[in-house]
Amino acid sequence: MNSRIKTLRIGVASCGIAAGAEAVQTRLRECAGNIPVIGVGCLGSCYAEPMVEAVLEDGSGILYGNVTPDDVPEILELGEKKRFTPPPARQAKELVKVLALAGRVDPTDFNDYTAHGGYEGLKNALKMTPEEVVNEMKLSGLRGRGGGGFPTGTKWSFLAAKKAPEKILICNADEGDPGAFMDRSLMESVPHQVLEGMLIAAHATGATKLFIYCRAEYPLAIKHLKIAIAQIYENKLNVIDGRVLEIIIKEGAGAFVCGEETALIASLEGKRGTPRFRPPFPTDSGYKGAPTMINNVETYGNVPLILREGGAEFAKIGTEGSKGTKLFALAGDLKYPGLVEVPMGITLGEIVFDMGGADRDSVKAVQTGGPSGGCIPVELFDTPVDYDSLRSLGAIMGSGGMIVIGKYRCMVETARYFLDFTHRESCGKCTFCRVGTTRMFETLERIVAGKGVPEDLDFLEDLGKKIKAGSLCGLGQTAPNPVLATLRYFRHEYEAHVKEHRCEALQCNALVKLKLDQSKCVKCRQCIRVCPVGAVSEEFVIDSSKCTRCNSCMDCCPKHAISRVTKEN
Amino acid sequence: MDEKFNFLNKVDRDSSNLIKGLQLVQAAEGYVSDDGIRAVAEYFSMPPVEVEGVVSFYAQFKRVKPGRNKISVCDGTACHIKGSSQVLEWMRQELGIDSGETTRDGEFSLETVACLGCCSLAPVMSVNGKVYGKLDRKKMVKILKEYAD
Repeated sequence: MNSRIKTLRIGVASCGIAAGAEAVQTRLRECAGNIPVIGVGCLGSCYAEPMVEAVLEDGSGILYGNVTPDDVPEILELGEKKRFTPPPARQAKELVKVLALAGRVDPTDFNDYTAHGGYEGLKNALKMTPEEVVNEMKLSGLRGRGGGGFPTGTKWSFLAAKKAPEKILICNADEGDPGAFMDRSLMESVPHQVLEGMLIAAHATGATKLFIYCRAEYPLAIKHLKIAIAQIYENKLNVIDGRVLEIIIKEGAGAFVCGEETALIASLEGKRGTPRFRPPFPTDSGYKGAPTMINNVETYGNVPLILREGGAEFAKIGTEGSKGTKLFALAGDLKYPGLVEVPMGITLGEIVFDMGGADRDSVKAVQTGGPSGGCIPVELFDTPVDYDSLRSLGAIMGSGGMIVIGKYRCMVETARYFLDFTHRESCGKCTFCRVGTTRMFETLERIVAGKGVPEDLDFLEDLGKKIKAGSLCGLGQTAPNPVLATLRYFRHEYEAHVKEHRCEALQCNALVKLKLDQSKCVKCRQCIRVCPVGAVSEEFVIDSSKCTRCNSCMDCCPKHAISRVTKEN
Repeated sequence: MDEKFNFLNKVDRDSSNLIKGLQLVQAAEGYVSDDGIRAVAEYFSMPPVEVEGVVSFYAQFKRVKPGRNKISVCDGTACHIKGSSQVLEWMRQELGIDSGETTRDGEFSLETVACLGCCSLAPVMSVNGKVYGKLDRKKMVKILKEYAD
């Protein structure tokens, strides 16, 4: 064992565990002798999980990626094999502020967090008056990271101005956008940072009760938050200005609409999570009628930094209207999926190509903002990433999910997928959203099945605009975005579907068939064996009427003799 | 109230704990039975129909008894892009059930979920809470076999 190793860190957030980090951790503990093995949170490079970092006496670290239990002896000798270096382009563009401690500290160790500057922001805040803290927040220019982008300092000033015996603070941790995992990573990796942000907000606004509304699908985040809250109680950090604050975790029960403020409050009250008219805004009348303020996990995660370094310093990063850094969950068709933190104003191309390592020739678009956002085509990838630029393109910043879509994905099918999601998640209160999204979904289903007609496109556009106008909350107001944005940038794909019944990307099963190229075939019979429906004959001809287009034969063919082709009518 | 639901006493009778109460019932029974609805309604002093309304609103609550092994196939954006509909199709072929159903022998039940939060490992599924990533047909069949034995 190499004597220079002081500690060993292993990433055991959800992504790491899914990749097998627990077995590696067990083996490390068995083999490492006296060297402490610390389970830490997310290291950001999900594609290289499980990851181990050997921290040396001088404080520097050596990273290892894609580690299996068998690699452990080698790592303990600081071997070269499996050493991990992040792609240089990613390192150059990344600006790690909010995630600085993720993967560095033990999420369950209070002292580890304070040893790295934790709770200094709270200490500074408590030396200031509430008004001064609110002003510092305004000075920082921080805007809500949940998607809406409302100025955080202004929101705080609304609650601070209220005179009421009880004031409620809520952390929205109901990260429901499929494809987004920034909030999960933050809560799992540095739960104290989120809670510190909430405690600072409690001081600034005079809040008396703190709620965290978290998805039940995030058991590890909930566990780490619970441990952190117990530690806060123990150290009496929840005593702010003489008030003893209660911090309560409430588990959501799976409803996308509960990301909407008023729906979230209804759900907290134990009711069906349907939104209601605003005004009154939650800061006037929220949880059980008390003034209530809701901020997102990542927003709270930024607060300790602002109070540590000052609002003016924070505002140096970013663009005119969007300050600081933003976390993005990169996934889809790219080489290095994972969590990245970048300064506002970076271009989409820099994120997708330089940091994500996506292939320039094979990317078609990127989807931001999940089901409420839109697809941005590759031609517009020099757009800076900030709230206002993205909105002008018909997309939104959203909470930070970024899905890279390759050339061989069909945009109509992608839009259908999002409408499938939103029409099921519509709470049903507004007719336009409830019925309208269902009609849009049915129309898209028909188009991908090859039964679309040219009039469908105008119908989709018209109905989409009406749903946006006729819905009460953010879900309905944004649900048509994926369709409207793809119609705007990829109309030719829609037209190929409805006019020629052809899918350019060869993805829509109803419009393609599988073809076996006899000249490449070596008659190895693997396709015959693997076909679940017996569609490949002894003569190596695929019977399209039996074939389910499951691609099993295509994937197993050693000669790549089988391909998807357009089905003739 | 039926004695087997005594664990409800762990939460306050305040109706804001209704969802928590239902989560406890589901944790104990694996789903929310008619008896469960009645017990919760009685505990929080509200009509059963109101409880049913909350149960039907949230995707987490199940009204049908799940199989011994609970499979959740992720159909979040990243997984969808990476072929989760194929995973569902393979499941259909292997187990003969659709999302929301349980096999006749009660071994497996299948559901789709919006996102398991492991997008970088797409496509993913979880069996009894354990997450499996980067699925292809072979890998999926192998995993099913492990649980069937």
